[in-house]
Amino acid sequence: MLTGSHPPGHSSQHLSGPVVSVRGVAVALGGRPVLRGINLDVADGDFVALMGANGSGKSTLVRAMTGLRPLAKGTVSLFGTDLAAYRDWHRIGFVPQRSSAATGVPASVWEVVASGRLTRRRWRRPLGRADRTAIRAALEVVGLADRSRDGVTALSGGQQQRVLIARALAGEPDLFFLDEPTAGVDFANQQALAQALGVLKSRGATVVLVAHELGPLASLVDRAVVMRDGRVAYNGPPLGDDTVQHPLFLESHSHHHVEPRRHSHAPQVTAPWDGGAQR
Amino acid sequence: MNILTYDFMIRALVAALFTGLAAPAVGTYLVQRRLALMGDGIGHVAVTGVALGLLTGTSPTWTAVGVAAMGAVLIEVIRENGRANGDVALALLFYGGIAGGVLLIGIAGQNAASLQAYLFGSITTTSSGDVWVTVVLSLIVVVVCLGLLPQLFAVAQDEEFAAVAGLRVRFFNILVAVLAAVTVTVAMRTVGLLLVSALMVVPVATAQQVTRSFRSTLGLAMGLGVGASLGGLVLAALASQRWAVAPGPSIVLLALAGFALTWPIGAVLRRRQQLAEPFGPHDPLDHEETGQHPHEHGPECGHAAVTHGDHVDYVHDGHRHASHGEHYDEH
Repeated sequence: MLTGSHPPGHSSQHLSGPVVSVRGVAVALGGRPVLRGINLDVADGDFVALMGANGSGKSTLVRAMTGLRPLAKGTVSLFGTDLAAYRDWHRIGFVPQRSSAATGVPASVWEVVASGRLTRRRWRRPLGRADRTAIRAALEVVGLADRSRDGVTALSGGQQQRVLIARALAGEPDLFFLDEPTAGVDFANQQALAQALGVLKSRGATVVLVAHELGPLASLVDRAVVMRDGRVAYNGPPLGDDTVQHPLFLESHSHHHVEPRRHSHAPQVTAPWDGGAQR
Repeated sequence: MNILTYDFMIRALVAALFTGLAAPAVGTYLVQRRLALMGDGIGHVAVTGVALGLLTGTSPTWTAVGVAAMGAVLIEVIRENGRANGDVALALLFYGGIAGGVLLIGIAGQNAASLQAYLFGSITTTSSGDVWVTVVLSLIVVVVCLGLLPQLFAVAQDEEFAAVAGLRVRFFNILVAVLAAVTVTVAMRTVGLLLVSALMVVPVATAQQVTRSFRSTLGLAMGLGVGASLGGLVLAALASQRWAVAPGPSIVLLALAGFALTWPIGAVLRRRQQLAEPFGPHDPLDHEETGQHPHEHGPECGHAAVTHGDHVDYVHDGHRHASHGEHYDEH
């Protein structure tokens, strides 16, 4: 497929159903059910905010939607194809939850963003003109075109978050999953993020955004989904940050609110193969 | 200098050249994934492989490749299933590898000294068959490391992103682990199993003092690896006319000397970059003029010029001076 013929948000085929469809999904981590009975549809061009407290399961849900977490029950389909059979990864742009784009070896902003182009590159073909144009365009959307030669470690945390968004953009996807891109990002960078996401929205991209609080992104959101204790507690028009974070929000049985307890006698050194149950 | 023209020395130099190219190439990906010690873990496991070869009378090179590759895959599988305990997984293999190796050597009826040549390298024991194995395996490692650079970079940079981009993350991780195992065995004759990891890691650490991109780090590390490998071998050969010097220590010490010389340059570069970082877009609180300033700020005055919004602030003695008509403002 020629990349130029397929700009973000302009789906080549008309879809009858939703872009993302989650049906009766349960996810278990280490045998413990974390998500239960999730039903969720995201329509073409929708900007959905997945909200909720820490540990409510919003990140796990996004990871289940992208295939990073196996489903214990139910189905997820993307663009009408079941996740297990899904292969059109170039239509998906994923921004994982990371505090930094840095690793143990220096990497330039250009190199990190170019790695997002792999979904569209044929096996062992060097970067073509369309690839370079897309990488440059992605850097311009997030406002970092002048920093492409710099090492990512030279950027601030908020700028690195924008690099990760540019990396997802470089593949020119139709559907974006962003996991807490605003966490720990200062206000100026949150505004830059909001501006970049606004560009995506205006191009008709479908966006699923995980956020603890929306801040400057609030005006972009078409629909809010609030998670609570592994279930969808609210699915409807956008809500303000103060509503969602109110301690009694959606709390019908506040008298039996039980704090999850951590056992203090958990072993500090475990066998390496025990680690799979963690996180 | 005529020692350099002996046949065994030429064989050792060829082996060192290719080892010096391959080790930092794999090492760059290991360091990128913050698994700098993985080479050590594989090296220790390979000791058992060598001992197995000596015990069964087969070529230690091939038994070492086999056992090291199995160990590398095991490390990778354990790391993948329990990422919080990757270091413990490495530690378990360290101990198991060394203990198994020394035990098998004893059963083979040899003393631990016969392991010496494998642990710290040797100039004289490289046969022409070994050289061919070294050259071919090194070339495979280098070709894969450079040929699959975009994929390997993406996986090592961010596994979750790579998985959602449709890359087979586990395949590439195990590929790097096996490449590391092959490199360890290749380097066994030159630097030795206990020091091979240094040749994978130290050139990368040295290169990244002065580089900003992944490709330049990889390229420079390979160059430095060749330099350290050949230089250390020659030093060991010259010194061995008087003392018993294994090439492993001299190669590693030469690589470390390169790091020690480069680190101050890196520190200066990092400090300069930090100082040149533009100031935030905030406007000054109020218009505050400086007193009489002894000179005009400019490229020649020696004060750091830092971008601040649409103008330049000159930094000195805890002040930020911005030019404003005839005078300077405090910013």
